[in-house]
Amino acid sequence: MEFTDTLLEGALTTVKLTIFAGLLGFVIALIAGTAMLSRFVVVRFVARTYTEIFRGASELVILFFFIFGLPQLFDVTLSVFTGAVIALALNIGGYEAEVVRGAVRAVPRGQTEAAIALNMSPFLRLRRIIVPQAVVAMLPPINVLTVQLCKASALVSIVGLTDLSRASQNIVELNGEWARYAGEALIGYYIINTIINQLFRLAERHFKRGRDIGGTVRA
Amino acid sequence: MFDFDFFVSILPKIARGLEVTVEITLAGTGIAMVVGLIFEILRRSRWRAVRWPVRFIRDFIQNTPLLLQALFFFYVFPKYGLFKLSPFVSGIIVIGIQYSAYTAEVYRAGIDSVATGQWQAARALNFSRVDTWRRIILPQAIPPVFPALGNYLISMFKDTPQLLVIGVLGMMGVANAIGSETYQFTEPTVAAGIFFIVLSYLSSLVVRRLENRFGAHV
Repeated sequence: MEFTDTLLEGALTTVKLTIFAGLLGFVIALIAGTAMLSRFVVVRFVARTYTEIFRGASELVILFFFIFGLPQLFDVTLSVFTGAVIALALNIGGYEAEVVRGAVRAVPRGQTEAAIALNMSPFLRLRRIIVPQAVVAMLPPINVLTVQLCKASALVSIVGLTDLSRASQNIVELNGEWARYAGEALIGYYIINTIINQLFRLAERHFKRGRDIGGTVRA
Repeated sequence: MFDFDFFVSILPKIARGLEVTVEITLAGTGIAMVVGLIFEILRRSRWRAVRWPVRFIRDFIQNTPLLLQALFFFYVFPKYGLFKLSPFVSGIIVIGIQYSAYTAEVYRAGIDSVATGQWQAARALNFSRVDTWRRIILPQAIPPVFPALGNYLISMFKDTPQLLVIGVLGMMGVANAIGSETYQFTEPTVAAGIFFIVLSYLSSLVVRRLENRFGAHV
């Protein structure tokens, strides 16, 4: 029992990382995903480059770069937590940008045309017409990606942040009981991700309500 | 500052790590393709006693991080006399099993897309269950999902760095070792990163060609 608090604190860090990086990543994805559909070649090119780099490089590589690389290159020192949130957000943002792009493209053209006919500005069109319809198609793949994010957050234990994985390893170093504490940490992740899945299921039901659509887009 | 000479000098070492990374990815993919199919066929079993445990195991694997699974596999099982394996082999097994949960999902989509009439016809022609799977269903279900399987091969490639926690000297394992020796993490990390980006980009082009060839997006 004496180690329960340590594990719970670690789990809290894992949850915080997932929430912060998830939200920041989604904002990045909205920007990059719509930018990929821009009329301007330069904007499309920048967004494409971003997704190719941050999806292509492994999560751990990105994490190392933000935690160890930045201080060495530019004399910028982020706290490990901030660095981890940014690194994870940029990575998941790259994947979600593809989801956003697909979902936005799947909204029927007539919707855009109608919005133009009603004299809406491009931004208003996106905010009021396109995104609310695209969200339904985005949710299932974003659910999968969020679970992946939560699992990837275990990598911060390598760069020195005490999350659920690190907490269990610390305890094990004290008493050598791998089976028990690594096992409890595994169960911890299972519970967190099961909750994430349930929340997304609720959100999906909420956004689908009263709508005659239900297609999904894959990541 | 970015030390360019140092960067060039470590490239051969990182490239050797790349070899290990690629070997693990290929062997892991082999496991994932076979075990994933077994998972999916068992999930469709007539018996609840088979269906339920398989579903739970898959769910558990899918919802827990590779890093902890690797630690667990590498440190816990040997204590009970099971799987006393090298980091390299353990890494292949753990990553292969983790991805089996994903490939099972892919096979599921492929099998679901085979028309019901095919099952009925096999039955009408008195095919045994094994023959129905082997001669009728799988040959139609698997080719369309090749591209999706290919995508998982790419993500597996990018997940291999996590195995450095059990001492696998892939690209990131090597980069990490160089970093802790010289206190210069940037150059090895950037070198590994470039290899990763280039290779995953190239393999995504291959997957796109597969998609053109087999047509279906599952």
